Amino acid sequence: MMGLISPKPSELKVEDSQVRESGPGAPSRMSVEDSQVSESRPGAPSLAERPEGWNRPPVMEPDGEGELLEVAMGPHHPSTHGVFRMDVALDGERVIRLKPVFGYLHRNHEKLAEGMSYLGSMPYTDRLDYICSLTNNWAYALAVEKLTGQEVPERAEYLRVILGELTRVQNHASSIGFLTQEMGATGTPLMYAFKAREKILDLFEGLTGSRMMCNYMRFGGCRVDASAAWLDAARKVVAGLPGFADEFERLLRTNEILMARTQGVGILRPELAVNAGVTGPMLRASGVNYDIRKVDGYGVYNRFKFRVPLGDHWDVYDRYMIRMLEMRESIKILEQALKEIQPGPVMSPTARIRGFRPKPGEAYGRIEAPKGELGFYLISNGGPNPYRYRVRPPSLINLTILEDMCLGQNVADVVLIFGSVDIVLGEVDR
Amino acid sequence: MKTIEEIKAAIEAAVPGAVVEIAPNPNPALPHSLRIAPECALAVAKFLRDDEELRLDYLSNVTGVDWPESLEAVYHLYSVEKKHGPVVIRMHTVNRRTQVELPSLTPIWRSAEFQEREIFDLYGIVFTGHPDLRRLLMWEGFKDHPMRRDYVAPDDFEYEPTAHDEVLKRAQARQAAMAGPAGSEAGQ
Amino acid sequence: MVDEGLKIELGKQGVFVTTIEELYNWGRRSSIWPMQFGLACCAIEMIATTMARYDLARFGAEVFRPSPRQADLMIISGTVTKKMAPQVVRLYNQMAEPKYVIAMGACAISGGPFKQGYNVLKGIDRYIPVDVHIPGCPPRPEALIQAFMTLQKKIDGQHLTGDGRPRFLDAEAQGEFPVPVEGEHDLEPASNKGVWPVPVVIR
Repeated sequence: MMGLISPKPSELKVEDSQVRESGPGAPSRMSVEDSQVSESRPGAPSLAERPEGWNRPPVMEPDGEGELLEVAMGPHHPSTHGVFRMDVALDGERVIRLKPVFGYLHRNHEKLAEGMSYLGSMPYTDRLDYICSLTNNWAYALAVEKLTGQEVPERAEYLRVILGELTRVQNHASSIGFLTQEMGATGTPLMYAFKAREKILDLFEGLTGSRMMCNYMRFGGCRVDASAAWLDAARKVVAGLPGFADEFERLLRTNEILMARTQGVGILRPELAVNAGVTGPMLRASGVNYDIRKVDGYGVYNRFKFRVPLGDHWDVYDRYMIRMLEMRESIKILEQALKEIQPGPVMSPTARIRGFRPKPGEAYGRIEAPKGELGFYLISNGGPNPYRYRVRPPSLINLTILEDMCLGQNVADVVLIFGSVDIVLGEVDR
Repeated sequence: MKTIEEIKAAIEAAVPGAVVEIAPNPNPALPHSLRIAPECALAVAKFLRDDEELRLDYLSNVTGVDWPESLEAVYHLYSVEKKHGPVVIRMHTVNRRTQVELPSLTPIWRSAEFQEREIFDLYGIVFTGHPDLRRLLMWEGFKDHPMRRDYVAPDDFEYEPTAHDEVLKRAQARQAAMAGPAGSEAGQ
Repeated sequence: MVDEGLKIELGKQGVFVTTIEELYNWGRRSSIWPMQFGLACCAIEMIATTMARYDLARFGAEVFRPSPRQADLMIISGTVTKKMAPQVVRLYNQMAEPKYVIAMGACAISGGPFKQGYNVLKGIDRYIPVDVHIPGCPPRPEALIQAFMTLQKKIDGQHLTGDGRPRFLDAEAQGEFPVPVEGEHDLEPASNKGVWPVPVVIR
């Protein structure tokens, strides 16, 4: 059976040679860090020479005669990403036009935050990207710490890294599970992903008290300390994660349906990705080396050795492989962090957590959330509530080029491409 | 990366007639921003994106802010190629009621497309030159701009068991209104 | 009604005595097929409930049907916004009788933590009748299973004749509800007075 459809070369290449060591002095085939991305591809014009409108979606002409079939995919559809609608105009099976429609989950989080204190918005940040609540908390805590100029003790930073990377593992596993579910594998890979996710959620519940809406980070540290028993349980779970990743990958990687449906589908050029503000695994799958953990070096990420996988063919298969590889890198970070964590305080004694009025000013704090760059922009006018509270949603901005990726493809691929963007509606609509 | 003064000098040198001033951050420890006049914004943005040293090719965040006299759009720019940033630029509208246009920076950075639509939806700033300026989050027939500070939300707190502050006042007013004209309304 | 002791005695002899109502309700409650309808965070807990750890399929919810025509139960999991509310009511209307609604989570019951939202519908029971409410934000998977069992008990207790008979056996009962329209500032109407009587609270 395997001899009928041989694995395409991209499948073999992605793992070995495309995982580039990032950092100075490391060998890399394409020195993406030094030169502009497009110049390393011969023949591509530089940004300044591109014609007007190069970053607009191409205008598709229908082949046949007659009218276009206009389909509204959503807001209620079996693809489990939430209430999202795409107005698709089809010529037969080919997509001619695609306009996303949002707002079905707009819960005006930003307006609520203007009426609440800084700490009062912390539980609401859980509900932004509801699969990864701890990274949302971290981004918000980082932004407020920048605004008020607070330092975070070392053990709290390690705990943040551990929880953040656990979140990333379970988010990438769920994302691959949902992607395969949209391909028709109704639920089975998702069951494997949720098996690992349940173990991680048990850890979250043991430490923070809740499986999903953890509300754990505070400005200046973490809410409660992790006991030695919890750290041992975490080490046990992390020890089982490489086996899970191996099994998950082995079952899916050479699956013919997966390869046939995802290779060559939904190609996103790197220069368009950068111009459209795409971040996270989608950007790295388009070959651009930009990981905020390496660029900003927030927290204690500088102390850990991990690589940044980059994609080569910029298609859905690359995005799936990048998430798989990033899971493995996260497991490496977890092993290092769990080994290096030292006892100490998790909250600085002079931390201003509640009832404080920061000095007037503005700050923008961002982290590498599992979906992309999650940023919080806060403007303070000296009062107890923020004057302006803005969430930079990675999922919404990653959807900017959904139309570009889907034009000309079959309508059945639209669901796959959309699944590979990996969005969460709570973040898109806030 | 250059400091904010050097960036201002570079912009003024490269884009003739650019009106740029430094908007200091009230908290001096945090980065300052550049306030740009709307007329030259497109040229300045193109320079910031294409300049050899700055190469700010990644627009991270577009925010709308509602000040008492005007509305504002704040852009956070980073560079993926040079791995530096942020550079913050801001534009103000003339006033809040009648002249609320700003030039759209979507032709320069595509990531502004949805974010500017959202600001149009929630604040009412009209971005001229935007390829597709429609509401993003609220439905098409909606008339207000909800994130503005003077927006009054529709009152659908008829049954609020633990009302307090504003909601209690509104509930008492509604109860008085219901009991006054027709007693049969109260039993509904 | 047959005496319980007699039933057991007969059962020991291999004779099974029941009523049509019991059998009918047993068949209905053991095969409730929910509709795939996840709105927000509670949807992830609903998916976790169907996964291997908290398997909801053993209670009869074997498949989650995406089409409302083939589903019996709509689990409103997550915040219902005013933009989405017409779609929810339309889907409810399209479900075939007998149909049930579980409002999962604080947002579906009353707007939840986002109650002060201009776009948030303060509870889905403003427009459609709800059978079971589950508090929580999000409710644990065990809570959803308990809600499911409560619904099963409710179906078991429904008498097929008489005044309290379920809607699908009652020709005059209303099964479809008017769909709200998106107005200029709010949904019109703001609530469905027939479904949701506004209680008077003396302040």
